[in-house]
Amino acid sequence: MTCDTPKVYKIHDKLYLGLSGLQTDATTLYQRLQFRHNLYKLREERDMKPSTFGHMLSNALYERRFGPYFAAPVVAGLEPDGTPFLCGMDTIGAIETAKDFMITGTSPESLYGMCESMWRPDMEAEELFETVAQCLMSGCDRDALAGWGAVVHVITKDKVVSRTLKTRMD
Amino acid sequence: MDFFVGIKGKDFVMVCSDTSAAHSIISIKQDEDKIVPIDDHKVFCIAGEAGDRVNFSEYIIANVKLYALRNGTPLNTKSVANYTRGELATALRSSPYHCNLLLAGWDEQAGASLYWMDYLATLNKINTGGTGYGSYFTLSLFDKMWHPNLTVDEATAMMEAGIAEVKKRLVVAPPHYIIKVVDKDGIRVVKTV
Repeated sequence: MTCDTPKVYKIHDKLYLGLSGLQTDATTLYQRLQFRHNLYKLREERDMKPSTFGHMLSNALYERRFGPYFAAPVVAGLEPDGTPFLCGMDTIGAIETAKDFMITGTSPESLYGMCESMWRPDMEAEELFETVAQCLMSGCDRDALAGWGAVVHVITKDKVVSRTLKTRMD
Repeated sequence: MDFFVGIKGKDFVMVCSDTSAAHSIISIKQDEDKIVPIDDHKVFCIAGEAGDRVNFSEYIIANVKLYALRNGTPLNTKSVANYTRGELATALRSSPYHCNLLLAGWDEQAGASLYWMDYLATLNKINTGGTGYGSYFTLSLFDKMWHPNLTVDEATAMMEAGIAEVKKRLVVAPPHYIIKVVDKDGIRVVKTV
């Protein structure tokens, strides 16, 4: 219906959530999580750590084990001490933490292939952006269901840089 | 078989619907107005299951009115859209409303806005869009013709081109249509085809 719907949502400055799958469930899930995070912030007077958020999300998804949300998330952020945190789940909350990359959505094969070959440890922010952009663009080129542009957010300790990319518009 | 399309212009939203009311193979009436006003500056175009359509639209309209009465201020289009999505989403996993809808509205702050929702509670803010078989023929046509500073006359021409395409290519094309506009002066009928 639209060609400008990004799938990555911001939870707080150091935590972003990507949701693939059924759009209605992605929206509902994001709204529920935003609500839970807001309550957490009021009680704890601080933002949630990405690792905590990941486990909360996993639990929230498994609660619906026999009537699941058809949305598979990727959680990415920086822990309070600055170490990057990255995890992904399937639609019923099986959590997997990764040191390198995490993928969700249509055409996982081409994305896995791209990321595996292009990822190296200890990349700088600019290098990382280039890598992610290339992986996304190439991964989406052969995917009929994904594309029409991309948005890349690079989270560093003092800022988040978000860039919109133009890909093959088909 | 309901045909609904919407086009967002510079400071107005134009919606078009067919005016036939049918029950399986029988056409009951040809002048049914399916674009229902929510309040002075918002309309719903709801397509889908017979009972669900009217029931759901009346439910939403009543609740929007109640909010306005209780809080002394009317809801804006974005709020109505998100409220409707919430109701659809809550009902989805128990007894879903089987209706697809367009919400067109005009507000002071946001200007004109057009929202598309489907029975799964997917919500999208769109410039042009539609529901039903008719939309298959008009979506790409509108993509080509739309630009951000559309005037009412240009939008009417777009609508008429869309209707002509549907009449030409859709086997079960409805014969009559009504085109309405929502802008700062409220809701008015532009023409009937």
